[in-house]
Amino acid sequence: MSSAMESDLIHQSAATLAQAIAEGEVSSREVTQAHLDRIAAVDDRVHAFLYVDTEGALAAAEAVDSRRAAGEELGPLAGVPLALKDVLAMKGVPTTCGSRILEGWRPPYDATVVERLRAADVVILGKTNMDEFAMGSSTEHSAYGPTHNPWDLDRIPGGSGGGSAAAVAAFEAPLAIGTDTGGSIRQPAAVTGTVGVKPTYGGVSRFGLVALASSLDQAGPCTRTVMDAALLHAAIGGHDPRDSTSIPDAMPDVVAAAQQADVRGMRIGLVRELSGEGYQAGVEQRFREAVHVLEHLGAEVVEVSCPIFDYALGAYYLILPSECSSNLARFDGMRYGLRVGDDGERSVEEVMSLTREAGFGAEVKRRIMLGTYALSSGYYDAYYGQAQKVRTLIQRDFDAAFAQCDVLVSPTAPTTAFKLGEKVDDPLAMYLNDVATIPVNLAGNCAMSLPVGLAPEDSLPVGLQIMAPAMADDRLYRVGSALEGALQDRWGHLLIEEAPAL
Amino acid sequence: MSAITRGEVAHLARLARLALEESELDHYAEQLDVILTSVARVSEVAADDIPPTSHPLPLVNVMREDVARPGLTREAALAAAPAVEDDRFRVPRILDGDDE
Amino acid sequence: MTEPMPYAEAVAEFEPVIGLEVHVELGTESKMFCSCPTAFGAEPNTQVCPVCLGLPGSMPVMNGAAIESIIRMGLALNCSVVDWCRMARKNYFYPDMPKDYQVSQYDEPICVDGYLDVTVTTDDGPRVFRVEIERVHMEEDTGKLTHAGGATGRIHGADYSLVDYNRAGIPLVEIVTRPVTGTGALAPEVARAYVTELRDIMRGLGVSDVKMEEGSLRCDANVSLNRPGDEWGTRSETKNVNSLRSVERAVRSEIERQAGVLAAGGRVVQETRHFHEDTGQTTPGRSKEQAEDYRYFPEPDLVPIAPDPAWVEQLRAALPEQPSVHRARLAEQWGIGDFEMATLVNAGVLGLVEETVAAGVAPDAARKWWAGELTRVANEREVEPGELGVTPADIGRVEELIATGSLNDKLARQVFEGIMAGEGSADEVVAARGLAVVSDDGALLAAIDEALAAQPDVAEKIKGGKVQAAGAIVGAVMKATRGQADAGKVRDLLLERLGVTE
Repeated sequence: MSSAMESDLIHQSAATLAQAIAEGEVSSREVTQAHLDRIAAVDDRVHAFLYVDTEGALAAAEAVDSRRAAGEELGPLAGVPLALKDVLAMKGVPTTCGSRILEGWRPPYDATVVERLRAADVVILGKTNMDEFAMGSSTEHSAYGPTHNPWDLDRIPGGSGGGSAAAVAAFEAPLAIGTDTGGSIRQPAAVTGTVGVKPTYGGVSRFGLVALASSLDQAGPCTRTVMDAALLHAAIGGHDPRDSTSIPDAMPDVVAAAQQADVRGMRIGLVRELSGEGYQAGVEQRFREAVHVLEHLGAEVVEVSCPIFDYALGAYYLILPSECSSNLARFDGMRYGLRVGDDGERSVEEVMSLTREAGFGAEVKRRIMLGTYALSSGYYDAYYGQAQKVRTLIQRDFDAAFAQCDVLVSPTAPTTAFKLGEKVDDPLAMYLNDVATIPVNLAGNCAMSLPVGLAPEDSLPVGLQIMAPAMADDRLYRVGSALEGALQDRWGHLLIEEAPAL
Repeated sequence: MSAITRGEVAHLARLARLALEESELDHYAEQLDVILTSVARVSEVAADDIPPTSHPLPLVNVMREDVARPGLTREAALAAAPAVEDDRFRVPRILDGDDE
Repeated sequence: MTEPMPYAEAVAEFEPVIGLEVHVELGTESKMFCSCPTAFGAEPNTQVCPVCLGLPGSMPVMNGAAIESIIRMGLALNCSVVDWCRMARKNYFYPDMPKDYQVSQYDEPICVDGYLDVTVTTDDGPRVFRVEIERVHMEEDTGKLTHAGGATGRIHGADYSLVDYNRAGIPLVEIVTRPVTGTGALAPEVARAYVTELRDIMRGLGVSDVKMEEGSLRCDANVSLNRPGDEWGTRSETKNVNSLRSVERAVRSEIERQAGVLAAGGRVVQETRHFHEDTGQTTPGRSKEQAEDYRYFPEPDLVPIAPDPAWVEQLRAALPEQPSVHRARLAEQWGIGDFEMATLVNAGVLGLVEETVAAGVAPDAARKWWAGELTRVANEREVEPGELGVTPADIGRVEELIATGSLNDKLARQVFEGIMAGEGSADEVVAARGLAVVSDDGALLAAIDEALAAQPDVAEKIKGGKVQAAGAIVGAVMKATRGQADAGKVRDLLLERLGVTE
């Protein structure tokens, strides 16, 4: 390994680090310590982490080092540090979901994703900040204070997985796990200049992922390169018998697709409805330029229309609150977490109500009530029932589009990172951040966001979203790595390297 | 879709076990109304003959074998409980309940 | 409170409509949605895991054996099995329910539209009623509450409650009848006969141990009254009906109570009532005037159930004989009538007699022992005949010994006494207690001579042709041999000795 790398472990890709560890050029302990040092140096300003498991991380790193020393064959991400979104259960480690109601809860079990990370010898550094129970697009709804965008600390890092994206963008970890219910991996990736993938629904186990909306949630990788995302995706993906909605078929080879990096002969569809009004000029400009790059690389670009996408936001904000109102019922102060007002006199109903009132933030309460309303007997058909029909129609829009194209593309988010505090009291304005990302969650297929430049007007990162059919996650990587390579050739480096030093 | 009233918010809060403050009732009534008006657009899509999608994947019959395996130890099960007595979870008095 | 109306008057003035909701806990090895064991009576909170405790992030996976069981139950109750259905979430907060929703079925039960014919004996002979079954659906059981403080151990007046979640998640099948009309005064008997028949069917299927006292079969009885020609009245739902006898008593007492209310010009309140075993009365529970809004919606964590029609047909073909058909066949084979059969059923020994016959014992003998001596002892000891320790094989051996003349009935009873006292097998008891018919002619002749010498006048009478006087000598011989002689044989030898023929 070069001495330059030794002094700069935190700026390497996960693939490079894993190789260096495997070849003995650097130990996992050194790599892990370098990232723990970085966290210590910058996280008071970024606030990407809610909990840093220094001891656990170093112990895991040392275990990898001794196994390597013993001559054991190690996996492609062995010894590489990772930041875990605080919505995934990790045995013995505080898991709060960004909420007061779970403050201090240490799960007695590991999520399947965590088990697989451990099995892949990935070193888990700690838990990352998020909007409370993954509801939000800015991390401002975290009960533990917002995360700051490493590109501009006064701006939001996206959400709900702002902590994971910021950790990667701030070089606190080369890898992170996010979860994406309506864009919570992709939108933070877009506004932090990083890569984020929402795998096909059922492609990554949800067992141990604290549910927001069960029919929409999916965990996935947050990284700085497309290849790192592919390696992480491969490590956590695949069938899990503990998740009934897990796809039993073998998942496509995403790593091979990332290596292939070739779009020649592919048909790429521009979704007409995901542009125009509401999209920032610089976002559209960088998006169009990237599409031209894809054309230069040999892809055929066509325009497609998905008219029902205009109704996706409405359907999403009925389905999500409905499922969430039920999923979050269990936080009642009886078995774990916060309990408020139990003075020996108050009834169980009063104690549950006081606990939930005190333990949940405003956005969570808003959505719980919205969902309670949408599922009520007099309103079910008009709201939840109709939203599920719209969902069918969105799937049909996708089916028609994918009959013409291999992948679809759009800007990931309509704007670059906005200022902290700008939209926090305006739920509708906040919800509009997800307008381009939620159709994929409703339909259950897969998508990636990758950086395609800085918007000229504010010099902040812009993300391009690639959407592929269910179980065709490999196409995301094939297109994403081709585009990433071409842009890197043009710029001479990854976009993230233009981020200001912290 | 009619405007949501303060009374309806209070009813929803009770169903959802949220002890909302008086001041919150008006605030949420206003916000829920704005959001509901916006999302109610879904009703513009004529979809009478469209089957609803509850699950994004077409999977059916996912079952496991009927084999018993030990779960958590009692200590682990009770570890996070706010109150425990006689190896059981202790909960406040139940006023609106039925005897078993 | 109005006085109840005497039963005869009540059913003369009003027509009862009854409905029965029966919950059957399945006897699967593991729970409905997780692999926790299901044994009854385990230490509190020792049969729990993240799934049945509803810990954040946990997910359910359906128990295939439970689905097979419910389909077999539906088929045995003449139901149609649907080709596609989903589980639903029933949302309400209650501390015995770890997720604050119950996974159940709402508008898509797995089995629908069945019936069960039940027979009630009346003074005019047996009458058959068809009870229509609306639905048979799958759900999960809740945890068990214990109420502390207060005087009664009841929920009302308790200071707090304790929860054991061992039972939470045990598969529960709910069988709901359509309203049963036209039973008149027989409503209580019809209710009891229905639950009895249902219990026998479930036992025959082997899907549950259907023990009402342990709660693996629970019954709620709905009762309403109307005057002839009027619309149906408001119904009450009586819970806590924990024995077959209680089913009958609860319906009867509800009819008397409601008739009293109505006759006094009152109004029956739609409510849950509780049956009290000690008083035979019901008392009001939660009022259902304001119906709960359960906000049902399809359970997104479980995929739909679509039973393969070929599999359903296989299950149908393999169903055991219906209990009523089975009983009729046995009655014919054994040459007994309805009364004798009813005696065996009421004594709870039908299955034991069947097994004993299968072990090679003549039906009459098998019935004689089980319905006679063994039922008498069981009643005395307040246990089930099957729990006495006497096996069908024991009866088989005893009958062999009787057939060879080694035992008589009196000695046989002593053998059973020994077996019940744990003294070993029939042969061991015979050996240890020295129980054997004295069949050595020499010994018997000596005893006969002795008896004749002691009663010369009787000897003369017999010689004179008064054969019926032989009884006195036989009795003396039996006494002298402590019952171990075969009385028939003694008589034969005696007559031979005196040269008398009958």
